[in-house]
Order: sequence, then C-alpha cells, then structure tokens
Amino acid sequence: MAKFDTGVSRRNLLKGGLALSGALAAPTFFTRHAFGADFLNNPGNAASIKLGFNVPQTGAYADEGADELRAFQLAVKHLNGEGDGGMLNTFSSKALKGNGVLGKKVEYVTGDTQTKSDAARASAKRMIEKDGALMISGGSSSGVAIAVQGLCQDAGIIFMAGLTHSNDTTGKDRRRNGFRHFFNAYQSGAALAPVLKANYGTDRVAYHLTADYTWGWTQEESIKNATEAVGWKTAAAVKTPLGAGDFSQYITPVLNSGADVLVLNHYGKDMVNSLTQAVQFGLRDKKVNGKDFAIVVPLYSRLMAQGAGANVKGIFGSTNWHWSLKDEGSQAFVKSFGAEYGFPPSQAAHTCYVQTLLYADACERAGTFAPCEVVKALEGFEFDGLGNGPTLYRAEDHQCFKKVLVVKGNENPTSQFDLLEVVQEVPREQVTYDPNIPQFAGDLGPCNNGA
Amino acid sequence: MDAILLQILNGLDKGGAYALIALGLTLIFGTLGVVNFAHGALFMLGAFCAVSLRELLTLSMKVKDESITFFDAYKEVPYLEVWFGETGTMIIDLAVPLSILFAIPIMLLIGLAMERGLIQHFYKRTHAEQILVTFGLAIVLQEIVKAYFGANPIPQPAPEAVAGSANIGALFGLGDSVVYPWWRLVYLAFSGVVIAAVFAFLQFTTFGMVVRAGMQDRETVGLLGINIQRRFTIVFGIAAVVAGLAGVMYTPILPPDYHIGMDFLVLSFVVVVVGGMGSLGGAVAAGFLLGILQSFASMNEVKSILPGIDQIIIYLVAVVILLVRPRGLMGRKGVMEG
Repeated sequence: MAKFDTGVSRRNLLKGGLALSGALAAPTFFTRHAFGADFLNNPGNAASIKLGFNVPQTGAYADEGADELRAFQLAVKHLNGEGDGGMLNTFSSKALKGNGVLGKKVEYVTGDTQTKSDAARASAKRMIEKDGALMISGGSSSGVAIAVQGLCQDAGIIFMAGLTHSNDTTGKDRRRNGFRHFFNAYQSGAALAPVLKANYGTDRVAYHLTADYTWGWTQEESIKNATEAVGWKTAAAVKTPLGAGDFSQYITPVLNSGADVLVLNHYGKDMVNSLTQAVQFGLRDKKVNGKDFAIVVPLYSRLMAQGAGANVKGIFGSTNWHWSLKDEGSQAFVKSFGAEYGFPPSQAAHTCYVQTLLYADACERAGTFAPCEVVKALEGFEFDGLGNGPTLYRAEDHQCFKKVLVVKGNENPTSQFDLLEVVQEVPREQVTYDPNIPQFAGDLGPCNNGA
Repeated sequence: MDAILLQILNGLDKGGAYALIALGLTLIFGTLGVVNFAHGALFMLGAFCAVSLRELLTLSMKVKDESITFFDAYKEVPYLEVWFGETGTMIIDLAVPLSILFAIPIMLLIGLAMERGLIQHFYKRTHAEQILVTFGLAIVLQEIVKAYFGANPIPQPAPEAVAGSANIGALFGLGDSVVYPWWRLVYLAFSGVVIAAVFAFLQFTTFGMVVRAGMQDRETVGLLGINIQRRFTIVFGIAAVVAGLAGVMYTPILPPDYHIGMDFLVLSFVVVVVGGMGSLGGAVAAGFLLGILQSFASMNEVKSILPGIDQIIIYLVAVVILLVRPRGLMGRKGVMEG
C-alpha cells in the first residue's frame, strides 16, 4: 500500500492556520484608527470626551498630586457649566461657553504616577488605549513629566504638563505635542538672584543639596549660574536620592564646609524633610564668616510651607503663583476652589486648572480635537485673566512666559494659610530668554495626530 | 575633627536603629530557630502605634476660620485643647514619648498573637518556608496599614523641649560648630538603654537564665521539667516590643509610612549576618559598626574618591566579612551550618 507522507500533520495545519489568521488580523490593530478617524481617540459623534489626569497619589510628591487632582475636577466642573465658572469668567479668550468642549461633555479618568516614570507611563498608556483619553495632563516630577510627554508624542496625544520645573521639559526634551504653563528652573534663578543679592549681599558661599534627577540637576545649574553671576561662590553641590527621608548624613557636612548659604534643590516631602532636619541641626541659628547662615528654597509651594511649619519663616524662594494675588483671575479661582474644598489652592493646583482650560479653549478655537490643530491654536497664543497677568505660549518651545513670584516664608502669618509672603512680582521680560541658549537647546520635532 | 565627630554621631544614631531591630531578629532566631522576615513589619507597626496615638490625641472639631473672609475655611481644633487648654496642648506635644507606654502592651500582644497564631506551626519546617511565610505576613501587615493610613509618610514632631539641637562642641571644647539635634541624642540614649535592659534581663533574671540555657540546649532544659516553649513565646513578644519601640522613637527622625520596616529589614539582616547568626552581642556591635561605616561613606571627601560608595558600603562590608569570617564577627560554630 502506498504510504502518503506529506509532512503536514493536522496539528501543524491548525497551528499554521492560527498564525495566518493572526498575521492577517495584525495590520488592523495598527490601522484601526484610520477608518473614519484622522486622529487617535477621535470622539466622532460621541456625546462626551475623556481627559486623563495622571498625578502622583503616592510618593514624595503626593500632596501636590492630591491638590492637582482637586483642581482638575474643578476645571471639568467649570467646563461643563457647573459651579460658579471660576476663571472661565476672567479668561481673556471667550471661546468656552460652559457647555463642555465643542458641545461635548467633559469626563475624566485618573491615574497614579507613584512619582515614578515607569508607573506614570503605564497609567498614561492605559488612559490613552483603554479609556480613549484625548489629552493627558499632570506631573509634579519633571522626570515623570518628560517620560509621559515622550509617550504622548509617540502616541499622538496632547500633553498639557502639570507641575514640572526642570529646564529640560521645554528644553532639550521639548516635544511638539507637549505644553508647559508652569515656570522653570532658569526663570527661578533669573527672578531670585537679584532678591538674594539685595538681601544677603554679593559675598556669599553657597552649598547645594540637590534631588538627583532631571529637575534637581537643572535647578542646581540654573541657581548656581544666577547666584555666581551676582558674585556668590559655590562650596559644593551634593546629590541626594529622591525620597531619601533622612538627610542627616548630607546636612552634617554643611556645618563645617565654610558655606554660609544652604540651597535646597528639593521639592515636596523631600524639601519638608531636608528643611526640617537642617533647622534641627541648628543651621538657622548659625553664624558663618561673620554672617547669619541663610537657607534658600528656590522652588517653593504653600503645601511644602505647611508641611515644614515654622521652619520656613524668612526663607526665600520662587513660585509660579500664589493664592494671595489680588488680580481678578486669581481671586475668582481661589474663591471657587475655597468654596469647593475649604482651603486655598496650591501653585500645582493652579497650573493644572489653567492647563485644562487652555486645552479646552484651544480645541474650541481650532474647532476640532485633532492634536495638530490644537497645537497650532496654542502656539504663540497670548492670553490674560488666568492669574499670572499677560501670558504668551511661545511657539518655539511651548513654554509659557509670564510673571514669576519671589516669595518668603511669612514671619507673622495672619491665618493658617498665610504662610508665604509675596516679596516681588518679577516682570515677564526679566525671566524671558532665547529658546536656543545652551541650557535649553532642543527640537520640538513634528506634530503627531496618532493616526 | 568636627566633621568626624558629627559623622560618628550620625552613625551611632542609625546604628542604634539597626542594632535594635537586629537584636530582636537574633533573639527570635536564637530561641525559636525562626528566620523572621516579618520583623521589619513589627518596627513599622511600632511606628504606627505612635501615629495612632497622635491621631487619638488630636481628634478635632472643626471651627470656622474667621481670618479667611472670601470663602468658608475651617480650622481643626483638637478636643484636648478645647477641653483642657494649655494642658491639652502639652499632652499632644508629648505624643511620641507617651506612645512608648501605648506601644508596649500592643506590641507584646501582637508578638504573642503572631507566634501562637502562625509562627509556631513553622518551627519544624525549613528556613526557606519560614522566610516565605514571614515575608508573606510582612506584606499583609504592610497592606493593612497602607489601606488604613494611606501610602504617604505621616510626620510626627518631637516634643517641643527636645525639638532643637544641642551644642555638643562646647562639651568637648570644639567651639560652636558641632551641634546635634536633641531628639537624635535621645534616640541614641534610648537604644542604649533598651539594649542594656534586654541584656540585663537575659543575664540577671531567672527567666533570662532559663532562656539562655534553652538557647544552648533546648532538650535538656525540657527534660528538667521546664516549659521552655512558653518562655520562648514570651521572648518573641519581647523581641516584638523592642522592634516596636525602635519604631516609635524613630518617627520624629523619619516620618513613617507603611514601607519603613522593609527599608530597615534588609539592612538589619545584613547586620545580623555580619554580627554572626545567633549572637546577640554580634548583632549590636555590627549594628553600630555598619551605621558608622555608612555615615563615613557618605562624607563628600570619601564620595569624591569613590562615587556612590554610600549606597553600597554595607553590602560591600558584608561580602568581605563573609569571605574572611563565614560565621560573621561573633558567630558561633554550628549555627546555620550543615
């Protein structure tokens, strides 16, 4: 009897069939957005859109994250026409009508970045792919913001950065799909140095303790450059791990370093811990080189001041915004936020609220949610009424240019929230720089619609 | 000289915490033969005894903040302050020291419950299984604390009287440049007292003598008609109290979160191994030694020669000691061997 052996068994045939059908289906996975959609997560005829708020709910920056989330929720309320409207009433652009965005109700999803880049990217990816988020916002760590900005660029989603202060976010890591309203380390240095000179003189020796990641590095560099330009010397600049908790081993060397100023390039709980411990080690009562020892916290926030308590009194720093500002926009926002939560907003909350409004307004003005059209609407956009005076979203690097505040820990607070005193509102011109100076040189690259 | 003195103090301070945890670990290992990976969780539970007591003492009522006019703001005023005025404020200020009294019975109960409820079933199992079950228990305890208190560190200020720093330099004639926070000195003294108390208890009481005899030869002590198991259970409870108190007192130095125990556990195991498994004196000596080494390694002068050495020094020393003296500094023959 003839023996037929084709070398193909039933099992192999089934395996091959499965592989073939998989291969045939695969291209549709990559192109599924191409049918009837010219950009990723196009809501089409849906009645609502989703925004993704990616904030640190755990980790060193969790307090800021919680406040950011409150602000996002308030912004969504106002966009949908609920509540008193907050800064929608004072915003110079009148495109938003309080009926959602382009007639669609605004909904949101949230994620926990855990103050870690990989966790932040995973939660942003989830919000884009599973929840269909049109825009991702949030931050509090520049490392996280830069990682998520890169992810949004690659996916084809707009990223409206929350609190991120590293020069790199709109410097070497700038991206066409990413926008930052918050100020940066260079601007802190430019605003702070003249005030430090006026208060502490030109003959000072500074010792830097720096959070060991992108934000810390750029802030250290910026403050060093700015203070050395007014005559200060730098004794040492020591990197500390993010979330170190116990900073004693880093603080003790300061005592005998000959430095008479300690610059804490820390933020959030790190700053609360390092400042508290610096005070415990008696630095504030010290006299060095015949001068009173001074501590400087270049990036300040009310939440940190609250955490550090009386230790912040008299300490200089800079901030993007403060609730005690008297302009109409700030007052409207504080009133609205205060009525909702019972306390005033932090600068992190302010920037997140503003970014949400700016995104919604840009969609409204562009007449579409398509990222590249939204980018065009935001580039070079001049606006006012959102708390920092006249502001420009510069087209070259997607950085906002506006006033920067120099603040000081309040010596005589009149209320439980009155922790920082605004020393100077530094004008926009003083903190404007060329987008291509060495610290910032980068390339926005092309816009990505994700489809 | 000043810098060296300060780093020694920093090292002793850290070493105090390592030594207290390592002491408990060694006690449990020496008596029950159990490698307890849940010991860090006991440190964490102690720290949260302090958090809980402060929360109890600061139970507050909401009072309208009249200084804020353009929205309704509320201040939280603790009932203790409302009822007792200054005395109430003083009691809240003393929350951390009061937590010691609060933590002793709680940690003892937790320790006894842990030993009777879980650990005793694993005496005859392999060390690997003991590690797995105690590590699992540590994770469960952490998650319970995380679910209740959240994932973020909760600051616990030291009492006002010891919140500042002491001018140590003046004592040694070194001028004003050597200052050290009072609470860290208190912690150092406290760890010294607790370690001394544990040694005295084992050395000078009948109970301690029986326990030591049991550690040497459990069977013979049992044949003498002594219920050695019950004593070992109490030793487990004592070890839990020691770890818990170390946690309570550490809260003003480092705001505790649910993970604080795990951070210390890994280092404490290295301490136990370096000191010698089963050696109480070794655990204490190695705790202080490694604390000081870690402090010196983080000096700028050292880091400029060997960058990053502060992060790995402890493990480096452990590797060297295990290569040169496989039983650790004061390890006895026959422990964890064969």
